[in-house]
Amino acid sequence: MEHIISVLVENKFGVLARVAGLFSARGYNIESLSVAPTLDPTTSMITIVTVGDDRIIEQIMKQLNKVIEVLKVVDLTETDFLDRETALIKVHTKPEHRDEAIRITDIFRAKIVDSSPTTYTIEITGNVDKVEALINLLKPLGIKELIRTGRIAIARETTRTASPRREPALLKT
Amino acid sequence: MKKSGAEIFVEALRHEGVKTVFGLPGGVVLKIFDVLCQQKDIELVLTRHEQGAAHMAEGYAKATGRAGVVLVTSGPGMTNIVTGLADAYMDSVPLVAFTGQVSTNLIGNDAFQEADNVGISRPCTKHNVLVKDVHDLAQTIKEAFYIATSGRPGPVLVDIPKDVSTERAEFKYPDKVSLRGYNPTITGNKHQIKQAAEEIMKARKPMMYVGGGAIFSDAADEIRELAEITQIPVTMTLMGLGSFPGTHPLSLGMLGMHGGYWTNMAMHHADLLIAVGARFDDRVTGKLSEFCPEARVIHIDIDPTSIKKTFHAHIPIVGDVRAVLRQMNVMLRSMDGNQAEMKGLRGPWLKQVAEWKRSHPLTYRQDDKINKPQFVIEKLYELTKHEAIVATDVGQHQMWAAQYFKGTKPRTWLTSGGLGTMGFGFPAAIGAQKAFPDKMVVCITSEGSFQMNLQELATAAEHKLPIKIVLLNNRCHGMVRQWQDLFYEGRYSASQLGKIPDFVKLAEAYGILGLRAAKPAEVEAVLKEGLKHKGPVLMDIETDPYENCYPMIPAGGAHHEMMLEDPPELNRAKKGGAQKRKVDEGEGVLPA
Repeated sequence: MEHIISVLVENKFGVLARVAGLFSARGYNIESLSVAPTLDPTTSMITIVTVGDDRIIEQIMKQLNKVIEVLKVVDLTETDFLDRETALIKVHTKPEHRDEAIRITDIFRAKIVDSSPTTYTIEITGNVDKVEALINLLKPLGIKELIRTGRIAIARETTRTASPRREPALLKT
Repeated sequence: MKKSGAEIFVEALRHEGVKTVFGLPGGVVLKIFDVLCQQKDIELVLTRHEQGAAHMAEGYAKATGRAGVVLVTSGPGMTNIVTGLADAYMDSVPLVAFTGQVSTNLIGNDAFQEADNVGISRPCTKHNVLVKDVHDLAQTIKEAFYIATSGRPGPVLVDIPKDVSTERAEFKYPDKVSLRGYNPTITGNKHQIKQAAEEIMKARKPMMYVGGGAIFSDAADEIRELAEITQIPVTMTLMGLGSFPGTHPLSLGMLGMHGGYWTNMAMHHADLLIAVGARFDDRVTGKLSEFCPEARVIHIDIDPTSIKKTFHAHIPIVGDVRAVLRQMNVMLRSMDGNQAEMKGLRGPWLKQVAEWKRSHPLTYRQDDKINKPQFVIEKLYELTKHEAIVATDVGQHQMWAAQYFKGTKPRTWLTSGGLGTMGFGFPAAIGAQKAFPDKMVVCITSEGSFQMNLQELATAAEHKLPIKIVLLNNRCHGMVRQWQDLFYEGRYSASQLGKIPDFVKLAEAYGILGLRAAKPAEVEAVLKEGLKHKGPVLMDIETDPYENCYPMIPAGGAHHEMMLEDPPELNRAKKGGAQKRKVDEGEGVLPA
């Protein structure tokens, strides 16, 4: 099963290598990875999308917690969460396809952020299904280049949820 | 007054109470060595190879419980200690390794003797740091010692660029360390411990399985107390030997691939397994799906990643082994039932285990022409009378030593378990002897392992360290040869050592006493003379090249599927006149 894991780390050099190395050394997969500083400039948030059974995910969580510079690890998949991804899609636009490209972009509330005589570059932000749906619709036009950020995710405020949920965070003790 | 980075380094080591550093100089660490030679508090042991330095520091750390310290130069100096770091990481040995690095302005330029020390050591250290600013040096060293020795111990590498060792800063050593991402759990969860205690009270066939974590947590007294009040037999992993006296009536010795028949049978039939500071290594468990099939499992470990990594745990308890066992013992004592009742409850189980032991003790066929390695180790055990610190290398001799040396104290058994590093034993013995100059230190090795770090004979000779090297010379990589005999139809691919040095002459070349025993009749005299000798001594003991180590669980086998002797189809150089002998006869270890 797919899991989205948020890893709060100290913002120091070598930390990403340590986290990534942990996955490669133990044969775990990274489906996507995103890293950026948080509000506190001394920390960064790493969002990792990975796949594994419960035993593997438990090991991943524990191994991440073991890294000295890791401050907190949360498996968002165990909570109610929002996830988003941004993609930049450069599509070929023959003259007869330009209207179609604009229509598709509008339907998805995406934006054309750059245009040339033969291409549009479309920016889309949304959950992974939405991004992939757009990509699929644009494929017949001919995609020249595609860049995706990888997913980021955030837990919804738990007060808004009606049902009691499992403890979301495996906090470092 | 400002101090140079090198002076800060030495001052920090002084604050950490470091007395001995194992190392070898080179270009970028010259400033540090220059400061070291101008003071008397910290002794530098110059090794002949950096790998030797790393294993010496490991031996020192295993024998003392304090962090071992290594100091080497950049590039090849660092890459040569990688085996030692990996070994220490696998066996949770507290080590602080200082490596030199090229000046900060040269890092990344492929400078002379540059290597990415932090990158190379990342997967084989608990933590590592490149110090880029001399103002961070003292704090980093403080943290390195704290991380190496706390929680689940392990090696920490501190990379010091040349300019950091020469630049100056005010020296201020922090009193304590606070790392926001690192705070090991010490005391166990009370609820979990209570559950565990209840399971222990009602179990009919319990086993305690103790690993190296018990040694590093100094939990020998607590383990003994738990075993005695609950009458639970104790088995130890290779790393756990010494945490419970091998001579105690409740000791079942080592378990696993070369564990005793009675030990592995007891594991297979146990209804409760109390794993204490152990990690269910594949050499211990054999076939996981058939490991302890009937047992409920209590797993105590300070490292949460060890729990449920390879094997399930019904009651996981994260915490320091000693702290948790103390809590548990208090709880057990307050519960109903006393020692006599416990004895009654466990009686049939202990009787069964004793019966397994009686029917299948450790055996070997004694011979009057050729030395049996087991015979030599038994003799050595008799002559040293539990008093020696024993360091071993890796292979058959290591397993025989684990089987026949019944250690009674923690930190007297130094061996490379997880990584299985040939070449570990001799430098580890040097490290232990350096820590305990007045104790007897014996290195049990073989010609294969010993040749991997024999250059350290010079170090032992220079420091006049009276290490007793007992070299079981079977002229081959014995364990490899054993597997080839058993699983590769006897094709000896690269296991036979065609040319072997004359070890007596080799010892003499270093100014060390060399002795040789070729026949069984000579063994006792040679061992006695060697053990009595005041300085270092190398005893070359020729042993049967075809002897195999049993019991053995073939890789992937289950605990009740042990091989107890050579299979009939294996008909090698078996000589006539040999007679089977039971070595454990009369040593009734368990109450019958």
